Amino acid sequence: MNKSVFLGALTVAGLAAGAAAAGTLDDVKARGKLNCGVTTGLIGFAAPDANGEWQGFDVDLCRAIAAGVLNDPNAIEFVPTTGKTRFTALASGEIDVLARNTTWTFSRDVDLKFEFAGVNYYDGQGFMVPKSLGVSSAKELDGATVCIQTGTTTELNLADFFRKNNISYEPVPVETNAEGQQQYLAGACDTYTTDASGLAATRAAFEVPSDHIILPEIVSKEPLGPLVRHGDNEWGDVIRWTLNALIAAEELGVTSANAADMSTAGSNPEVNRLLGSEGNLGEMLGLSADWAKNAIMARGNYAEIFEKNIGENTPVGLARGLNAQWTDGGLLYSPPFR
Amino acid sequence: MTTLTDPPQQGSFRLSMLLSDTRYRSYTFQAIALFVLIVAFAYLGRNLIQNLADAGLNISFGFLGESSGYDINQTLIPYNSQSSNLQAAWVGVINTLLVAFLGCIMATIFGVTAGVLRLSNNWIVSKLMAMYVEMFRNVPVLIWILIIMTIMTAVMPSPRAFKGDDATASMLFGSFAFTNRGIYIPAPIWGPGSMVVVLTFVASVIGVFAYRSYAKKLLFATGRLLPVGWPSLVILFVPTLLMFFIMGRPIGADLPVLGGFNFKGGLQIGAPLIALWFALSIYTGAFIAENVRAGIQAVSKGQTEAAAALGLRPRRIMNLVILPQALRVIIPPLISQYLNLTKNSSLAIAVGYADITATLGGITLNQTGRAIECVLLLMLFYLIISLSISGIMNIYNNSVKLKER
Repeated sequence: MNKSVFLGALTVAGLAAGAAAAGTLDDVKARGKLNCGVTTGLIGFAAPDANGEWQGFDVDLCRAIAAGVLNDPNAIEFVPTTGKTRFTALASGEIDVLARNTTWTFSRDVDLKFEFAGVNYYDGQGFMVPKSLGVSSAKELDGATVCIQTGTTTELNLADFFRKNNISYEPVPVETNAEGQQQYLAGACDTYTTDASGLAATRAAFEVPSDHIILPEIVSKEPLGPLVRHGDNEWGDVIRWTLNALIAAEELGVTSANAADMSTAGSNPEVNRLLGSEGNLGEMLGLSADWAKNAIMARGNYAEIFEKNIGENTPVGLARGLNAQWTDGGLLYSPPFR
Repeated sequence: MTTLTDPPQQGSFRLSMLLSDTRYRSYTFQAIALFVLIVAFAYLGRNLIQNLADAGLNISFGFLGESSGYDINQTLIPYNSQSSNLQAAWVGVINTLLVAFLGCIMATIFGVTAGVLRLSNNWIVSKLMAMYVEMFRNVPVLIWILIIMTIMTAVMPSPRAFKGDDATASMLFGSFAFTNRGIYIPAPIWGPGSMVVVLTFVASVIGVFAYRSYAKKLLFATGRLLPVGWPSLVILFVPTLLMFFIMGRPIGADLPVLGGFNFKGGLQIGAPLIALWFALSIYTGAFIAENVRAGIQAVSKGQTEAAAALGLRPRRIMNLVILPQALRVIIPPLISQYLNLTKNSSLAIAVGYADITATLGGITLNQTGRAIECVLLLMLFYLIISLSISGIMNIYNNSVKLKER
């Protein structure tokens, strides 16, 4: 069996299907279900829990979108994708939106004809090593064997980093995070590299997380965000503004608990416009007036989603860092709802 | 059924005969089928081009010249992350050919051994071989690849275990290291004058063949039996060893030594290569064993008995009487097993082996997004390789098959 041939055939078939049906928003409404592409399993970002329910940071974004569009946060078909299959799945129309910690790069945006709807996590590539290795900087990794997820931007950053520092390494390509974890723990590679958030999430799943450290070097910029197919601007707007609604909700103090109250008793005009009690922003998007309220009430605003899945009180234990609101010195900045 | 009632009329072809006349009917239908096929492919092709154009994409192979940007762990030709995607594809091609070549040889050895032993009169041996065949034939090869890789990474020590005073692992003879990243063996260093030694060795190999054919000729001509075993060994090794010392030991060994994170120096046979090679050959070997058994059983028992009646020993019966005849039955299915092995090598990415599917069809496809182009190239490559293998094997088949005179 040849997987790539199969994928190629899927692309061809999918491109044929994609041209026939243009409006993804209408498709999703007609189908009554959102097809959301996620990872095959990364604790904190997207992984099925003990009951088989998908949970995580990226999953909650999908739920917010489904709640906004279909008024039902559970009307989702989750499609697990690997680093290799994700773009084909999106291009072929198998999924409506890809929320799979995917880095926004020029060539993906321009050459692969996708549209990034924004950034939901500002990340950077890091290295994890066992403490016993006695390494304190990535520059000491000369000659090391490095586990790397194939088909990712980290693969290219890795080559660049080692070339820039004029040191050598031996790559061990792996397909999924789980495989990388297994190889790393077996000592088949000295270090595992991926986005720092992914490393934290992976380490959280270890038996003794404290035996492993994440090296201080962040060797790249990895803005992760949801993406859709190029050329379907209405659908792109829905995703972009759902993400912005979650971010704006945190800034304006709207949470899943008080969204219902604030939409009726609001005196802040921007909150009213966001929650649909003033103006017709929802209508402009082709959605109901209270779409943003539904989206926020699905899993909460950005801060709630962050804290619940990957925040400091979870096993993943990530600090807000760059992902704080602009008012707190972070990079999250939603354009105004007006 | 009577098909021809009237005598065919000379020179009076009517259009309706295309359907009614059995002489033309089959051509008519074949032409229609061909036409439909062409139309179908043209439709699909046009559809593809149209949809690509609508999406603002095109078919272009320009990406092959751009730098690839990624590194590969096993490169038999010069390659780094600045090399082109085409060079990365070549690296993959050579890695595929390497594992296919090694796999075919090893699978043949496994298969022939198991196939012959399965017919052994020894109950335990034949049952053990039956178990091997059934076990490996009935579990998918991908599972075997993963099992062997997992066992390798989990059971073998990591290079770290060789380090320090309380090392838990040590090198075999101080020169072989078995780690979960691969096996490190000494690599030869070719000093000045080493060419002479190599040439001597090549000459010795030719000498062995010459001696053997002389011994055979002598046997057929005069009936005198010359010893073959030990003189062959002498011819093979003594001149080379003499030359080695005469030239002042020009060939040294580059021993692997533990430095930093990994063993450095020596020759590394990576764990992915070993896992893939072993899994493919042991899996395909099980199929070949069945082919061999079928081939041997196809030779009538009378042949064995006749040979035994002539006073031949059992091993001679197998080598001189049974196997030459069995080969005619064995070779054709063997070809398809070789093809299977080569195509199954595309599962390499499961263990991170950089074959053509992993480089061109994996990383390059992903980083450039040129799915259709990459897949077309992949199909072309596997087609060429498969046709070449079956071409070569067919030539061999023709040389051993029954000559009809």
